[in-house]
Amino acid sequence: MTPVKMHTRALNLFYGEVHALKGVDLDMPEQCVTALIGPSGCGKSTFLKTLNRMNDTIASVRISGEVVLDGEDIYAKNVDVTTLRKKAGMVFQSPNPFPMSIYDNIAYGPRIHGEKKRIVLDEIVEQSLRDAAIWDEVKDRLKKPALGLSGGQQQRLCIARSLATKPEVLLMDEPTSALDPISTSKIEELIDELKRDYSIVIVTHNMQQAARISDYTAFFLLGEVVEHNTTGDVFSNPKDRRTEDYITGRFG
Amino acid sequence: MTNKTSILSGRRTKSLVERIMNIIFLVCGLASVVSVVFMTVYMVVSGGAIIAETGVFRFLLGHVWNPGGSEFGILPMILSSVLATLGAVLIALPVGVLIAVFLAKLSPGKLATAMRAFIDLLAGIPSVIYGLLGALLLVPAIFKLQAAAGLPNSGSLLAAIVILVIMILPTIISVSETAIRSVPKQYEEAALALGSTRLQAIFKVTVPAAKSGIVAGMVLGTGRAIGEAMAVMMVSGNAAIMPELLRPVRLLTAAIPIEWAYSSGLHRQALYGIGLVLFVFIMVINLLLRQVMKKGGAQDE
Repeated sequence: MTPVKMHTRALNLFYGEVHALKGVDLDMPEQCVTALIGPSGCGKSTFLKTLNRMNDTIASVRISGEVVLDGEDIYAKNVDVTTLRKKAGMVFQSPNPFPMSIYDNIAYGPRIHGEKKRIVLDEIVEQSLRDAAIWDEVKDRLKKPALGLSGGQQQRLCIARSLATKPEVLLMDEPTSALDPISTSKIEELIDELKRDYSIVIVTHNMQQAARISDYTAFFLLGEVVEHNTTGDVFSNPKDRRTEDYITGRFG
Repeated sequence: MTNKTSILSGRRTKSLVERIMNIIFLVCGLASVVSVVFMTVYMVVSGGAIIAETGVFRFLLGHVWNPGGSEFGILPMILSSVLATLGAVLIALPVGVLIAVFLAKLSPGKLATAMRAFIDLLAGIPSVIYGLLGALLLVPAIFKLQAAAGLPNSGSLLAAIVILVIMILPTIISVSETAIRSVPKQYEEAALALGSTRLQAIFKVTVPAAKSGIVAGMVLGTGRAIGEAMAVMMVSGNAAIMPELLRPVRLLTAAIPIEWAYSSGLHRQALYGIGLVLFVFIMVINLLLRQVMKKGGAQDE
């Protein structure tokens, strides 16, 4: 098995009184795609958001247990959350480019982390857009508003924006659920490319997508991880009855 | 067998009541349009007389306002009005936007609710009260500055600016706050996920995204400042001389009520002329506002 990039141990999360994650132990290997599947409300998106501490913005959230990235507990007191989020970038469910130019969207991350040199920024912008497989489509209109792009392009732009801060982990929360099939397949190809350089954790509602793009799959149900294994095993040889029921479409 | 309801009725499709109501609505709507057109025509005709008499340049660019000697140059008043408004907006805009950010994003809910109530109250206070407090508290406070500068004690441009700042703040705050609140939360989330601090997310993403709304608030504030008469009249000293920060100034708005009662003939026509100049200012500001709103709307799409 490949080395583990990120793991959680006995991770519990409460929204007020609601126990949303129950003792989750999960390993996310380096340079692999880990897919999180499960019915709506099972905690998979919540889990994803604990991995870069986006839940910090919700006042009622309480967390116990460990989330470890490269041997460091990300909930330790002396953690710099901005550096954590730079290291673990996030792509959201619906494309959310800033209402600025394409260029400024990509340059946003490097700029807030202190990069001012135009030449360096130009290079980062081009490289990020190339890595997100959208450079050819936008290279002639970098100064145009990002909101003028199509939904699929916007989502690839958002991926490029995440890449621009040079993350090591990419967290993707149903990145294709708002997109048409063609855009979806482009993003899936992209994910396949990106896993050479990044460790990817992706939440998806689409079983076929999980089967196509991931190396490992974790099945969440009611805040617990029911089954976690290589994607091949989870889909062809599920050990738990509930996993089998879910992936064959008997519930969820 | 089931009964089928016929959709055909014996009457015509539009009843008489609906027709009459339509006409009433139309008349009400037209009434406002007609008033504006009538006002415009009347202002141009009555205010145009003095301009025809003295010439555009001598009226607008003349340095001396001396009705007794039939000299009607309103440049000092135009400049005073413009400077007072500009000064007030330049101060109130950053302060107002910061307060709006605080209310929309940073303050705990209860504190924000309480502050908003006070700010709304501020907007509802009659301008003569501002003038009264300004004359009692602000003008004497500025005496010290004037003494230090070797100038006589009096109302001043500075006092007018400070009063206007307080008067236009509620407008700028509430319009900006609404604009900031209406920026989709996803923008801020995305900024945080890229490693922004909360303040970076607010000031580099949310506030720029609310720009058109904030500009609208600024233009509305400008309109309010340039049109204010009562409060500034009570604190500005009202000398029709070229404006300086610590010396008395007379604003366009103040000139009309101050001199109205004893004016006649050409002098009164000059006051109409001042009215026309103000009217044009306000029209320009309104056109600007429409332009800003339109642009903002187009950006959102």
